[in-house]
Amino acid sequence: MKWTLVSLMVVATVLSDLLQSFEMKRAGEQSVGARGLMRLLREIARRHFLILAIGCMAVSFFSFMALVQTEPLSFAVPASAASFVLETVLARVVLGERISARRAVGALIVLCGVVLVGG
Amino acid sequence: MTASVRMPGAIFRVWTIVILFIALKAAGNLSLAWGMKHFPQTMSADPIPYILAMFDPFVALGVLALILALLMRMALLSLADLSYVLPVTAIGYVIAAFLGKTFLSETVSGQRWLGTVLIFVGAALVGSTSHSTTGAQTK
Repeated sequence: MKWTLVSLMVVATVLSDLLQSFEMKRAGEQSVGARGLMRLLREIARRHFLILAIGCMAVSFFSFMALVQTEPLSFAVPASAASFVLETVLARVVLGERISARRAVGALIVLCGVVLVGG
Repeated sequence: MTASVRMPGAIFRVWTIVILFIALKAAGNLSLAWGMKHFPQTMSADPIPYILAMFDPFVALGVLALILALLMRMALLSLADLSYVLPVTAIGYVIAAFLGKTFLSETVSGQRWLGTVLIFVGAALVGSTSHSTTGAQTK
């Protein structure tokens, strides 16, 4: 059951991140002051992919809530790093970001870490 | 690195948001985990217990901190690439293991520590590769 929740959390997180990154890049640079945050909230409402990203984030979040209820935080949070591996692959394929061999090795080490944390 | 030379202001802004994000995320996760572990109902596919859990003060505080962390992260993604943001915030995995051990009395085995450190090292290795941020390209 714990790996089902981890998988659900990871896939939903990755989808959410890709949609967010895609839309925020199009939105341009954001500031973090009070007015900046208001503008950010308006931007979220205007952009459909961001709404979808928030939906995915909700699925990911509820999976995390269920996970931390029964599993240790020291498992739940590091296990969520599996999204990092999937995101590196998809950032290359979908967003067209350049991924070096060194970066790919890093992602593989993260994957080994996730396996150890869950064992 | 080239970005820090050309745009010190942008880099300072990015790191301020990074630190705020890490602190809010760690505090949010801890509060949420504490609240959920003390919540009487077990979570399932039924959405009602999730809604009820939101009214637990620790869960609510955790959710609030995580929402603020999320807004910080969105602002960060508008300044930097996803493949830059992910590695620099990876220290959060190690912090979570420490918080779990310290505040939730979790037993963290040697294997789990090793896994957590590998996750951090892997992410740091990825982060040490050259990367461009959109901040470096703005006027």
